[in-house]
Amino acid sequence: MIPRTMYRKIWDAHVVREAPGEPSLIYIDRHLVHEGTSPQAFAGLKAAGRTVRRPDLAFAVMDHSVPTKNRNLPILDEAAAGQLEALARNCREFSITLFDMFSRNQGIVHIIGPELGITQPGQTIVCGDSHTSTHGAFGTLAFGIGTSEVEHVLATQCLSQYESKTMNIVVNGKRSKGVSAKDIILAIIGKIGIAGGTSRVVEYSGEAIRALSMDGRMTVCNMSIEGGARAGMIAPDDTTFAYMEGRPFVPRGKAFQEAVEGWRALATDPGAAFDGTVTLDASKLAPQVTWGTNPGMVTGVTGRVPDPASFHDPDDQKAVARALEYMGLKPGTPLVDIPVDRVFIGSCTNSRLNDLRAAARVVAGKHISKDLKEALVVPGSMTIKAKAESEGLDKIFRDAGFEWRDAGCSMCIAMNPDVLPPGERSASTSNRNFEGRQGKDSRTHLVSPIMAAAAAIAGHFVDVREWNVDAVE
Amino acid sequence: MQPFSRHTGLVFPLDRVNVDTDQMVPKQFLKLQTKQGFGRVLFYDWRYLPGEKPNPDFILNWPRYKGASIMLARANCGCGSSREHAPWALADYGFRVIIAPSYADIFYNNCFKNGILPVTLAENQVDELFKLAESEEGYKLTVDLPSQTISDAHGLSYKFEIGEFRKRVLLEGLDDIGLTLKHEADITAYEQAKHPHATIYEAVDSKYSARR
Ligand code: SF4
Repeated sequence: MIPRTMYRKIWDAHVVREAPGEPSLIYIDRHLVHEGTSPQAFAGLKAAGRTVRRPDLAFAVMDHSVPTKNRNLPILDEAAAGQLEALARNCREFSITLFDMFSRNQGIVHIIGPELGITQPGQTIVCGDSHTSTHGAFGTLAFGIGTSEVEHVLATQCLSQYESKTMNIVVNGKRSKGVSAKDIILAIIGKIGIAGGTSRVVEYSGEAIRALSMDGRMTVCNMSIEGGARAGMIAPDDTTFAYMEGRPFVPRGKAFQEAVEGWRALATDPGAAFDGTVTLDASKLAPQVTWGTNPGMVTGVTGRVPDPASFHDPDDQKAVARALEYMGLKPGTPLVDIPVDRVFIGSCTNSRLNDLRAAARVVAGKHISKDLKEALVVPGSMTIKAKAESEGLDKIFRDAGFEWRDAGCSMCIAMNPDVLPPGERSASTSNRNFEGRQGKDSRTHLVSPIMAAAAAIAGHFVDVREWNVDAVE
Repeated sequence: MQPFSRHTGLVFPLDRVNVDTDQMVPKQFLKLQTKQGFGRVLFYDWRYLPGEKPNPDFILNWPRYKGASIMLARANCGCGSSREHAPWALADYGFRVIIAPSYADIFYNNCFKNGILPVTLAENQVDELFKLAESEEGYKLTVDLPSQTISDAHGLSYKFEIGEFRKRVLLEGLDDIGLTLKHEADITAYEQAKHPHATIYEAVDSKYSARR
């Protein structure tokens, strides 16, 4: 038999129909839904007199617009309230499982899928959200879709898709202390560029990927889209199975053992061909900080803000000059000299338990800089919040001057009241530093949770390796 | 869906790489529940000063580009968020065609769903079009999908590539869901063979379930 990549195996197992010259019809195992990109899909469905084919394979959650405090109070933003109500109404009407704002299992869609065991190896998963690539950490083919496709999946449980090219990103070596999964993926994006993975499905492999916890692997896969990739994935292994066992949607006992056998067979066969390979040495990585307005504008914390003239391509020169103007930065400024106004620890990239533990270790016994206007910790799910509290992390953060919030997207996208004001600068553990992402004219620097925590204490970026914290994810 | 065959229109040259969908429609407008009316908020943060006053520095506000229906952009157009609000806004504003050297995958796909033709040309061809659109006021292009060509009044003519299936769907304005539902028998056969399911083994705190 011809050796196959993991992507190819999952693809082959989900082809419903193939015809020459047409995209393939692919079956979708799990459809995740949130309030932001679904109302028009449900409206379209109703207008056409169609119904939801497999409501049992759809899972909905409120995350993008939900407040992260005082949830018992009415939501003042009428548009947000309306959208949340619409999601509840649509789920009720079509019998779709909904984790609403008051559910103990509520959280960011890409956090709760894996956490509840809804996400499993070998599946196809889609969501009207580009960071659906997160679920690929389980050896899952997971990607973001537009609202028309959300409607398509609701109606048919299938999608028309062209097969993607593949790319193997091999990360060798051992990370040094203070270098995290976030630094690996930021460095990868810095290397391949934000369009480097366009039209490709990326598989991450190598010693440094294997060494990551599931939380860290999800951080890596989460940002695949920031490198332009259609999806990112990591072969499931014992780390994966240990994480999954006992979760609400995961089979038990003998059925689990049988499932594991099947999941092991998903790994890319030796000798299978990729359309491209990129390698990176994790042992050479410094903690990363973005300085510009896309995630590829990144460098090690020991670096400086670059000079636009140092780029070859005239389009890049223009883009960098514009980015520096927007960010209010001068070429040559050491990154450690950049002061921050607010710190945000959260988002589907970095708000899992290991992220919070790591950040808590940095801030324990210290206090945030008096120059800081706000420091937020927004756990990725209410389950994570509860677990963190049982470990006393909330107390550590509060004592250090952080606010401890309820779960949601929060300042990653600022659709709720958690907004970065104009001209202010954040150290953020989220995934996008686009203009206006965290609020109009706001300035975002993407970093790992420990780097964000250290910036909160120092009031500016610091090389967290000098603080001698353990290697974390 | 609105079919697309041939279109002639004024060219709006947006000379930026990596125009992301957060710029096309900022997040504060993602809370609306319809697809209509997004034209007003297209490129909101670039286009308006406080109080929604048009920003004279942003070229979409220049009188010479009023009524533009073809957007020219640089590489990796539409990167970032999957929000289909971006093509809704472009279409509602009046854009029928985008021309760029490359696109982000989800955005490219979303354009077709909304009757917008994303044309891919080589970097040097896009460069040439930028020069023409910036130097000649009122510069128009004609985009012909059946023959896959772009032409102007001075004899410029570029051929472009597009997948046969996508071309047909756009030409005929076909309904994707309707097309898939024709294969209902295949979908049912797949479900009978593979038994896709989401069994729950431990209660979770949710509402409205239709667990099988
Ligand atoms: S946390 Fe941010 S990136 Fe993740 S789903 Fe929410 S808005 Fe999107």
